[in-house]
Amino acid sequence: MIEIRNLHKQFDGRDVLMDVSLDVHDGETLAIIGRSGSGKSVLLKHIVGLLNPDSGRVLVDGVDINAISYDELRMVRRNFGVLFQGGALFDSMSSFDNVAFPLRLFTQMTEEEISEEVQICLSMVELPDVGSVFPADLSGGMQKRVALARAVALRPRYILYDEPTSGLDPETSNTIDVLIKGLADQLNVTSIVVTHDMHSVLSIADRAAFIHQGRMHWTGTIQELHESDDQTLRAFVKANEYFIGDPAERGQTAS
Amino acid sequence: MSIARILIVDPLSSLGRYGQLLYQAFLTLGDVRSYWKNFVQQMVSIGLESIPIIALAAAFSGMVTTVQTAYQLVSPIIPRNIIGAIVVPSMILELAAVVTGFILAGRVGARIAAELGTMRVTEQIDALEAMGLNSTGYLIVPRILAGVVMFPCLYLIAAFVGIAGGAGVGHLMGLIPITEFMEGARMFFKPFDPVFGIIKAVVFGFIITSLSCYVGYNTSGGAEGVGKATTQAAVSSCIFLLVADLLLAITFL
Repeated sequence: MIEIRNLHKQFDGRDVLMDVSLDVHDGETLAIIGRSGSGKSVLLKHIVGLLNPDSGRVLVDGVDINAISYDELRMVRRNFGVLFQGGALFDSMSSFDNVAFPLRLFTQMTEEEISEEVQICLSMVELPDVGSVFPADLSGGMQKRVALARAVALRPRYILYDEPTSGLDPETSNTIDVLIKGLADQLNVTSIVVTHDMHSVLSIADRAAFIHQGRMHWTGTIQELHESDDQTLRAFVKANEYFIGDPAERGQTAS
Repeated sequence: MSIARILIVDPLSSLGRYGQLLYQAFLTLGDVRSYWKNFVQQMVSIGLESIPIIALAAAFSGMVTTVQTAYQLVSPIIPRNIIGAIVVPSMILELAAVVTGFILAGRVGARIAAELGTMRVTEQIDALEAMGLNSTGYLIVPRILAGVVMFPCLYLIAAFVGIAGGAGVGHLMGLIPITEFMEGARMFFKPFDPVFGIIKAVVFGFIITSLSCYVGYNTSGGAEGVGKATTQAAVSSCIFLLVADLLLAITFL
């Protein structure tokens, strides 16, 4: 379980996160939603200790990750798989080597076993034949899928997704959503998905947390999201709906 | 921004961050498995692939030094072998190391900063950290070690090629036969000279690779940031290399 308590973060004197608290329960898929610049990705980086809060705490399975040594933090991080916004594949390595990378470093597996495992991971993301291809020669969607294969290679307990569908066409976004949902079921992991794509949220998440202007504005289940009469939340959800007409009216709260 | 901040606070805080980064990186020195492959790759990239340009620059340095020494010093009252006595110690003590350093500040320093800078802005360094790897150990240690090991090798090649170039051009232009050139070289040769050159090369190798790693690792601001980091790495390496050159000369000579 991940517990975030009263997190506060400033960059250059500007408040990015203010008194943010959130619980992420084991086995669930939680979507962190909000407008661009609302602090979603910053919150995600705090969860895996890539950023340190100015105040507040992040507890992973009861361990305060800001109060432990760097070596202990590295051990905690091995429970995580992270899919970064741009994939963050190592561009000097082939797709195979990218997925094999954590296996070679953190396991005692032989090259033969690693090869089998990489093939399983690439098959999970429906790209069994791209092992020899370098990231630069893959499309954006394929890069994210290979990055996802790398993120699950060590069978983490938690998978964090930073804008997994941003910049992708609707069909590819849908493929990524199906993969996230499939992996959550198949590997029984806890997933945290940072996104502003409501289609993704509705298709993959069990719960949603809405960050607005650096504050945790609303949390609840997807059913509660549908039923909520919170005006700010409704405006955000409505802005994501398929819309024909004057763009100025998009996102206006239904009366 | 106050002058005190520009002249004192900022440089000191950069020095502190530089020291902290190196300390964190070298904590993983014992974990050879995590960086061995990278170390071998960097030895090839920093060392082997630099040989042609280093040899070319050193050969020309040796040749120019010979021609200019002959122009300035040779007269009926000065023996010709003085050319060898000047060119050879110049190459061994100064030129081979400094030419190697300057060329590698541009070639290696800029490449390291661009590589790490790009990895930083594309979140590849975050990805390494998020996996539970000490990214500084994985990325910085092999580059610095490769620099410290390969720079002395490149220095020796530069010194050899530079002296050969100087002797060769002196012979071909009829300024001084090779035998006399080498006779002059032996006149003032001190066994400590090449040792001093190797010490210099080790220090230069450390300065160029560690500074470039520091600049690249702390890159921010997308493509423009990578461009700035690349330039900064090459320029700072050259400046600190000159400062180190003077300090080493004062200390050891």
